[in-house]
Amino acid sequence: MNRIFRLLAVTVSAVALVVFAPTSSLAQDNAITVASTTSTEQSGLFGYLLPQVQKATGITVKVVALGTGQALDVGRRGDADVVFVHDQVAEEKFIAEGAGVERIAVMYNDFVLIGPGDDPAKAAGKDVVAGLKAVYASKAPFVSRGDKSGTHAAELRYWKTGSLDPATEKQSWYRDTGSGMGSALNTAAAMNAYILADRGTWLSFKNRQNLKIIIGGDSKLFNQYGVILVDPKKHAHIKAEAGQKFINWLVSAEGQATIAGYKIGGEQLFFPNAVKK
Amino acid sequence: MLYDACLGALDLLVQGDAALRDIALLSLRVSASATLFAALIGLPLGAWVALSRSRLRTSFAVLLNTSMGLPPVVVGLVVYLLLSRSGPLGALGWLFTPTGMIFAQTLLITPIIAALARQTIEDAHVGLADWFTSLGLTRWRRVKALLFEARFSLAVALLAGFGRAIAEVGAVMMVGGNIAGHTRVMTTTIALETSKGDLPLALALGVLLVALVLLVNGLAQALKAWMERRHG
Repeated sequence: MNRIFRLLAVTVSAVALVVFAPTSSLAQDNAITVASTTSTEQSGLFGYLLPQVQKATGITVKVVALGTGQALDVGRRGDADVVFVHDQVAEEKFIAEGAGVERIAVMYNDFVLIGPGDDPAKAAGKDVVAGLKAVYASKAPFVSRGDKSGTHAAELRYWKTGSLDPATEKQSWYRDTGSGMGSALNTAAAMNAYILADRGTWLSFKNRQNLKIIIGGDSKLFNQYGVILVDPKKHAHIKAEAGQKFINWLVSAEGQATIAGYKIGGEQLFFPNAVKK
Repeated sequence: MLYDACLGALDLLVQGDAALRDIALLSLRVSASATLFAALIGLPLGAWVALSRSRLRTSFAVLLNTSMGLPPVVVGLVVYLLLSRSGPLGALGWLFTPTGMIFAQTLLITPIIAALARQTIEDAHVGLADWFTSLGLTRWRRVKALLFEARFSLAVALLAGFGRAIAEVGAVMMVGGNIAGHTRVMTTTIALETSKGDLPLALALGVLLVALVLLVNGLAQALKAWMERRHG
C-alpha cells in the first residue's frame, strides 16, 4: 500500500515538473501580451502579422482577443503590456486616467451594414444612418453586439446620430446578444437579421447563409485602430521596452506596408495610416 | 452532418497538422494535471468527510455535492480576478498561462472528485468499520486504507473530474485567454472556429475532442483491468 502512495508522490513531482517548466521558460522579456479585439483576431490579421513581428523584432506577441471595452479593462488591471483596439473615445479616456502612455493611430478598416439578401427594410444606399432609420421603421430584426466592444460603440453612435435609440427603448426586433463579432454574425445569419460588422471579420466569415453587404463605403463607417502601451509607472512588471518595440514596428514603414499587404480574396482589409513623427 | 464531421475529423488527423497536435496535447496536459492536483486534494478530503463524526458532516456533504455544479465561467471569473496583476495572486504571473488554467480547472473539479470519493468511501467503510475498530486504527490510517481498498471505484471519480475539465470552455477561456500557440486548447478552438462561422471545422474538432476523451477512458479501463489481474 505504501508503495502505491510513494509511486503517487513520484508521479506528482514528475507532472509538476512538466507543468511548471515550460511556463517559466516562456516568461522571457521578449514575449509580450497584447489585449486586442475579436475583429483583428477573427479576421486573421494577427495570424498573418505576428510571425513577421517575430522575424523583424524577435518579439513573441501573445494576443488575447476581447471586445474593446474588456481589452482596455485588461490593460487597466495590468494584465497586458499593450492594448490594440478601436474605440477612440474609450481609448482617450484610458489615457486620461493615466492607464496608458500614449495613443498612437495605426490603421483603419471600415464597418459594413450586413443584412438579408432581399433587404426587406429597403435599407440599401450610401448613408449608414439613413439605412439604420429604414431598419428602425420596418422593425426588421437587428442583431447588436451588446458587449461594449468598439463595433458596439460605433453602432450606438450611428443610432444616436439618427436620433434613434432602439436599445434603451428595448424594441423587440432589436436583439442585444452580448457576444463577439463572429458569434453575433452567426446569430444574424440564423435570424436573417441586419447587423453592423467590421469588413475584415465579414470577409473571413464562412457561415453567411442569406446575408450580404447592404451598405459599405460611407466615410462615417471608417474605424480607426489605435495602439497604447500600458503605463509601466502604474504596473512595474509591464514589459515597456518590448512593448514599445512592437508599437514602433507597427508604425514603421515596414510594419505599415505589412499591414497593407494583408488580403482576403484579393481585398485589402486594413489601411495603415500611422502619422510619421 | 455528423457523418461529415467525422470525415472532417479524420481529415484533420490524416493531415497531422502540428498546430492542432499542440492544441490537443495542451488540452491533455492541462486537464490531466488539474485532475492529478484535484485528486491529491479531493480524495483525502472526500475520505475525511466520509469518516468524520462531526455534526457538520451532512452539511459538508451537501456543500460538496452542491459545488459539483460550480459553473466553469464563474470559477473562471473568480480565478481571473485572483490571478490578475491587480488581484491578490497577481505577483505569480499566472494569468494567461497554462499554469493558471490548471489552477482554475483544479478548483473546478476538486469538489467533483471529493464528492464522488466521499460517497464511495462511505459505502466501503460500512463493511470495514468494525474491523478497523478492532485493529485500533487512527483516522488517518483508516483514510489511507479505505482509499486503497476503493481504488478501482475511485478511478471513476477521477475520470469524471477529468471529463469535466477537458470539456469545459468557460474557465480556460477567461483564465487562459485563448492565446494561439500558448493557451489555446480544444474547447476554446472550437468556440473560436464557431465564431468565425466555420461550423464544419468546429464540429470536426468536436468529434476529435470526444475521440480523445474516449481514448483516455479506454486506456484507464485497460489499466484497471491489468491492475486487477495483477493485484486481485
